[in-house]
Amino acid sequence: MRRIGIWIAVGGLLLSTAACGGGSGGGSGTGGTPKAQSLSVGFVAEPANLDFTSTEGAAIPQALLVNVYEGLVKLDQDGKIVPLLAEKWDVSADRRTYTFTLRPGVTFSSGAPFTADDVVFSLDRVRTDWKLKIKTQLDVVDKVEKKDDATVVVTLKRPSNGFLYAMATRLGAMFSRTGVADLPNKPVGTGPYVLGEWRRGDSLRLDANPSYWGTKPALSSVTLKYFKDATAMNNALLTGGIDVISSVQAPESLQQFADPGRFQVIEGTTNGEVVLSMNNGRPPFSDKSVRQAVRHAIDHKALLDTAWAGRGQLIGSMTPPTDPWYEDRTGDYPYDPAKAKELLGGKTYTVKMRIPNLPYAVASAQVVKSQLAQVGVTADIEPLEFPARWLDQVFTKGDYDLSIINHVEPRDMGIFADKSYYFRYDNPEFGKLLAAADEGTEQEQTDDLKQAAKLLSDDAAADWLFLFPNLIVAKKGVTGLPQNAIAESFDFTALAKQ
Amino acid sequence: MTLYLVRRLAVLVASTAVAGVVVFAFMALLPGDPAEIALGVNATPEAVAELRARFGTDRPPAAQFLDWFGGLAQGDFGTSYVSSAPIGPQISDRLGVTAVLVLGGMAVALAVAVPLGTYAAVHHRDPLGAAISALSQVGIAVPAFLAGILLVFVFAVRAQALPSGGYVPLAEDPVEWLRSLLLPWLSLGLVQGAVLTRYVRSAVLDVMREDYLRTARAKGRGRTGALWRHGLRNASIPVVTVLGLQLATLLIGAVVVERVFVIPGLGDLLLNGVAGRDLLLVQGVVMVLVAAVLLINFVVDVAYRLLDPRLR
Repeated sequence: MRRIGIWIAVGGLLLSTAACGGGSGGGSGTGGTPKAQSLSVGFVAEPANLDFTSTEGAAIPQALLVNVYEGLVKLDQDGKIVPLLAEKWDVSADRRTYTFTLRPGVTFSSGAPFTADDVVFSLDRVRTDWKLKIKTQLDVVDKVEKKDDATVVVTLKRPSNGFLYAMATRLGAMFSRTGVADLPNKPVGTGPYVLGEWRRGDSLRLDANPSYWGTKPALSSVTLKYFKDATAMNNALLTGGIDVISSVQAPESLQQFADPGRFQVIEGTTNGEVVLSMNNGRPPFSDKSVRQAVRHAIDHKALLDTAWAGRGQLIGSMTPPTDPWYEDRTGDYPYDPAKAKELLGGKTYTVKMRIPNLPYAVASAQVVKSQLAQVGVTADIEPLEFPARWLDQVFTKGDYDLSIINHVEPRDMGIFADKSYYFRYDNPEFGKLLAAADEGTEQEQTDDLKQAAKLLSDDAAADWLFLFPNLIVAKKGVTGLPQNAIAESFDFTALAKQ
Repeated sequence: MTLYLVRRLAVLVASTAVAGVVVFAFMALLPGDPAEIALGVNATPEAVAELRARFGTDRPPAAQFLDWFGGLAQGDFGTSYVSSAPIGPQISDRLGVTAVLVLGGMAVALAVAVPLGTYAAVHHRDPLGAAISALSQVGIAVPAFLAGILLVFVFAVRAQALPSGGYVPLAEDPVEWLRSLLLPWLSLGLVQGAVLTRYVRSAVLDVMREDYLRTARAKGRGRTGALWRHGLRNASIPVVTVLGLQLATLLIGAVVVERVFVIPGLGDLLLNGVAGRDLLLVQGVVMVLVAAVLLINFVVDVAYRLLDPRLR
């Protein structure tokens, strides 16, 4: 009883304190005054630094691309490539020469004008200074030349459909020749926002760029607040500490936001295929029929319902629905435990399932384990700390039988073409289809990639559990949120508050 | 006393050095190459090799250790692998936040424990005194993070009276600063207060049975008066020892509470560093924590001597 008394007494104290501080609101974005045109958005991963040319991590382009750095082109919400710093571009008949016409009157946040020289500088820099392997996506570029101040000509070694797409990613970000001295701390771009204040471990504030060339953002600032704990992020939205949860980490927590008078839930798609990877390089999964048995043994609908509250989409191969060559391949291996047992030929196996200690992987692994057990495959789950231990054991050394990871990179079917990649999948036919797709016309690209996705599925190179959903929760009245998360950036340009 | 101080200081320095070796060795045992993790799954082998050379992680461990420890001795914590920012300023920024958190938690613990513990001892035969004693037992079983989650639910989510997390620097807005710290202080302090209450109670009980207290009462002082005049100073000796140990526990508790309340303190820095294998940063933070605990022990030992003339 006494203890309850203490709690009540303490409560009274706190409430009176709260009353004293009343009216000041809970931090940024909650005040009702007309000039409080700022928003704060909760994220789970904080950038290690601000240099995405030499540091891995989705958090950096998520915050800076399109918002601070702009490219010549960008991806729209349907996955289409649209103009940004280039007004238009022409492709030569042999599809090897791209002529970009630059938008006039664009300046960097440092005040320097954006010209053809900066385009040449930025694209050359990818080859000379970038540290990440993705830079090889621009290896197809033969030369970049300035024709005049507003025109740049890019010549490719061979026709490539991947080139323009890569230009819409961070690889195509435009840097100022005088603005790369301190990339980890001082980004200089042409975008609608500039870096305001970065409180390491807490938040990153982007302020509206007063001299932006395009439509100025409706908000004076956007604060990205970082939470390592999903519950803490949910609480922050419930208590007005933030206005938006950029990506819900536990779909079952959505019921807290069920009141439409206060919150809105936005569900869209991502590029994230949650893959049950099977080590094609060693027994038992070097045997195609064992892999096929696994695909038949898993009830994907039940898995999605149990592990991820039914949010997300079943896909069946390595392609999200926003890619032009998407086909629903979920019918290739319908749930059929009897067929699975038949494919296993009465044999039983014990395998190592080494998964990252991430919520979706842990939840999915439980279901996979119990479903595999029904056909005679015992999967021992071993959670590994992500990223360090998972990268080391599974990704680098390939020491695993089964794993589960969300492959978030866009248009990443090509990882199956690399037989040293941790899937250890080796089918030369697949590589040929991919190469042909890149060089072919748009129609040929679509046809070849459909073929490639079908081949992966037929070969049971892996099993695709589900497509990761894009789940955003926001306060009522917040508009301009991107429904689909298919680009690398979290686009703040249309964000507004009513 | 001077000789004692010198001896005690020498022990302090020696144990810090030993701690340095242990911390470094443990870091070397952590799986995962910092360069590979910094560059991620898409790194080229050349870039990884270049980064290893830049970090100096391609050199023999002994050379790396001497470099690091030599730097530490001059107050240089080195440069972070991941953010390429100097580590020293990051640690001192975060240390300030954590210190405020721990000291506030300690203040709450003392504010709870001293009156309640003393009352429970003086009235140990009354039902109320027994109830305090029993409830403090329950409090001991509650981890600080659980207390934090409960407090957030009641005062932030339900009552909407206080922020559920986040930290506002004092210089920016003193009122918000206080509001952002109240729940973290309480979640650290109430649990520690429960532990401390039991120590205070038993220390006061012990003192009450001492002959000098009986003498004081025989000379006409009341029970409370005798305790005030002669008892509390003596009762504080074992409590101070426990207090030192508890400060160390609070420091560890703060690491977890910082995560619950999204406070950018040392614990948050440490956990990020471990995840990103920012080894120099982790080594630096752990060394600061170890040094803090050693220093607390040192201060407790000295305080013990000052409080108890028989030991001088």
